[in-house]
Amino acid sequence: MKRVSIFLSILFLAAASFAQGYKVGDVATDFRLLNVDGKYISMADYPDAKGFVVIFSCNHCPFVVAYEDRMIELHNEFAPKGFPVIAINPNDPEVQPQDSYELMQVRAKEKGFPFAYVFDDGQKIYPKYGATHTPHVYLLERVGTDLKVAYIGGIDDSPRDASQVSERYLANAIHALMAGKTPEPSVTRAIGCTIKVKSE
Amino acid sequence: MRQTFRNLILISVFFFSFQSVIHARNGQVIKVLSFDEFEPMLYLETDSVYVVNFWATWCAPCVREIPAFEKLNEVYESKKVKVLLVSLDFPNQLESRVIPFVSDMNVQSEVILLDERNPNRWIPLVSEEWTGAIPATVIYSKDFRGFYQREFHFEELEALIQQLIN
Repeated sequence: MKRVSIFLSILFLAAASFAQGYKVGDVATDFRLLNVDGKYISMADYPDAKGFVVIFSCNHCPFVVAYEDRMIELHNEFAPKGFPVIAINPNDPEVQPQDSYELMQVRAKEKGFPFAYVFDDGQKIYPKYGATHTPHVYLLERVGTDLKVAYIGGIDDSPRDASQVSERYLANAIHALMAGKTPEPSVTRAIGCTIKVKSE
Repeated sequence: MRQTFRNLILISVFFFSFQSVIHARNGQVIKVLSFDEFEPMLYLETDSVYVVNFWATWCAPCVREIPAFEKLNEVYESKKVKVLLVSLDFPNQLESRVIPFVSDMNVQSEVILLDERNPNRWIPLVSEEWTGAIPATVIYSKDFRGFYQREFHFEELEALIQQLIN
């Protein structure tokens, strides 16, 4: 019995080891990352923003591709209201060659992304947020000088088919913030592609 | 007589409730299931150890670890270890991607395709710990349940299974 419980606790530790990063209510870090237009950007560069829709994203993942048009619509809908989208590619292009900076530029041009699409070169930012997959959304609200995490998770309740959406989790969360309310739900789940890192 | 009749109806309801059943070239039968149809497979109360892996043909790390699950299924079959590979490919890619993959790899473990619209409903029902990244694996038996959002090598799987069957 003792052996089993030791074994179980080891398993628990192993299982818990990925559950790091921000929770709703935490203060999120800013970053300085290279955008597809060749310029480095930070959230500090948007003094008028009330918050940010930070989406860990990439080129290769079919679930991201299914959401690209909806990401464009979200930016067009909410950037004028103070919540621009910033997409961050956290993948190591040596592991996933389709997610190189050059191919990010190609994809951004093909789709005409109206939002910043930046490269987490060196993979320093995504672990701080605790992103595990793409697409993985962190909605941030500016509170004084801080950026507070207000919502984490998916974009809506129908990843595969935009025509079947009945609940827009992310849009509803932004509307809640604009109304001075707390998003509900503040955490949702969605299937996505694991963030690609070199194996140890 | 009435009992037999009722059982027959139950059995046919069970079989015909599957939205579709497709055969791969190697004889593998791939059922397309809703989450409600699939969920009982996460809670079978037998003396077997179940290894339920969530994967997709487009997920490189998932594809990389399939041989490890296949080996586990083969080597430990006689020791009551059963592998279930749950594909999260889009249902419209069943015939263009999943069937060819299963046929070409000659996959022997049971494969099903999960067809659900809203992941936010069913992901927490698999595990509260699951953020949604794949590969992800549930390993369970009558008195053990573990959830792993990670990639496995065969040796790691084997070490886990050894503990559970001893």
